Amino acid sequence: MSRASWQAFREGAYHTLPLILGAIPFGIIFGTLGPASGLSVEATLLMSLLVFAGSAQFIALGLVATGTPVGLIIAVTFVVNLRHLLYSITLMPSVCHLPLNWRLTMAFWLTDETFAVAVSRMAPEHRTQFHWYYLGSALAMYGNWQLCTLLGVTAGQWIPGIENWGLDVAMAVTFIGIVVPQIKTRPKLLCAISACCLSLLWHDWPHHTGLIAAAIAAVVLALTAETMGQKKETSLKTGSKTT
Amino acid sequence: MTEFILIVGMLAATYFVRLLPFALADRMRLPAILENALQYVPIAVLSAIIAPAVCLPEGYFWIDWKNPYLMAGLVSVIAAAIGRNLVITIFAGMATALSIKFLIV
Repeated sequence: MSRASWQAFREGAYHTLPLILGAIPFGIIFGTLGPASGLSVEATLLMSLLVFAGSAQFIALGLVATGTPVGLIIAVTFVVNLRHLLYSITLMPSVCHLPLNWRLTMAFWLTDETFAVAVSRMAPEHRTQFHWYYLGSALAMYGNWQLCTLLGVTAGQWIPGIENWGLDVAMAVTFIGIVVPQIKTRPKLLCAISACCLSLLWHDWPHHTGLIAAAIAAVVLALTAETMGQKKETSLKTGSKTT
Repeated sequence: MTEFILIVGMLAATYFVRLLPFALADRMRLPAILENALQYVPIAVLSAIIAPAVCLPEGYFWIDWKNPYLMAGLVSVIAAAIGRNLVITIFAGMATALSIKFLIV
């Protein structure tokens, strides 16, 4: 690893720290709820190690507790994680030059948080060290998730009712802290507002499919607004030329 | 054993979705319109996660100042818009949620 790679790796981890703060309660609550939902302690830890997908893990716990067949839980996991498809498509231009081994490794650690951090490093000048930056962020998230799950299955059992304290609000406020500063243009504002409204409208679609539909619809709306804005601009420009 | 099958199945389902575009990245070029659309993905997906998480924390609409999730969300939107600092936003939101939960209600 070159000096520049190490620098990028450390920066990736460092920029992920605030998001880790938001993920800590989630990991601990997952560890606490695992055994309470009927999963063994080993399986709870193994799920964090191998699946490493917060929301899918939570939904799986809920389904395990109600005795849902394994095949259905796996299918639900697939649907809940479909948003990762949008993430990895978005990151494609920054990973297309990397050897397959790197891409296979990076894909395993793709999360909402690492995506949110890495997407800000897609400019061409960061291209050469992008994978190290990503890996720094990913390993910081991964290490934290394992620690918090462990903390949940051990210490979490000693604090009765910690899962009812509402600490999971940390995820929502972290995401708000990521999204709000990004809203710098009108199409982006429209995108945020329409995604909020549509996801509320479609919240009762099965297995969070409404979430993905709302996100895609919001992107289409934002694109339409962007195109219309550009057209208006060009027509104004051509208009001023003729006068 | 069932637990093991469950976890391996979930691993496969999760990894497949994360991997597919990465694996094809060197062989596929995205159309320009799609590449432009992708700038909106972070805002769109995260917003679609946030809104139900704060408005329906228990699975049904709870639009009330006593809803700690909703109030935390509103406070952190304001904090993020003014401060533009992620850590301050998180603390402001968490402090709001916990004070409503434990002090007021």
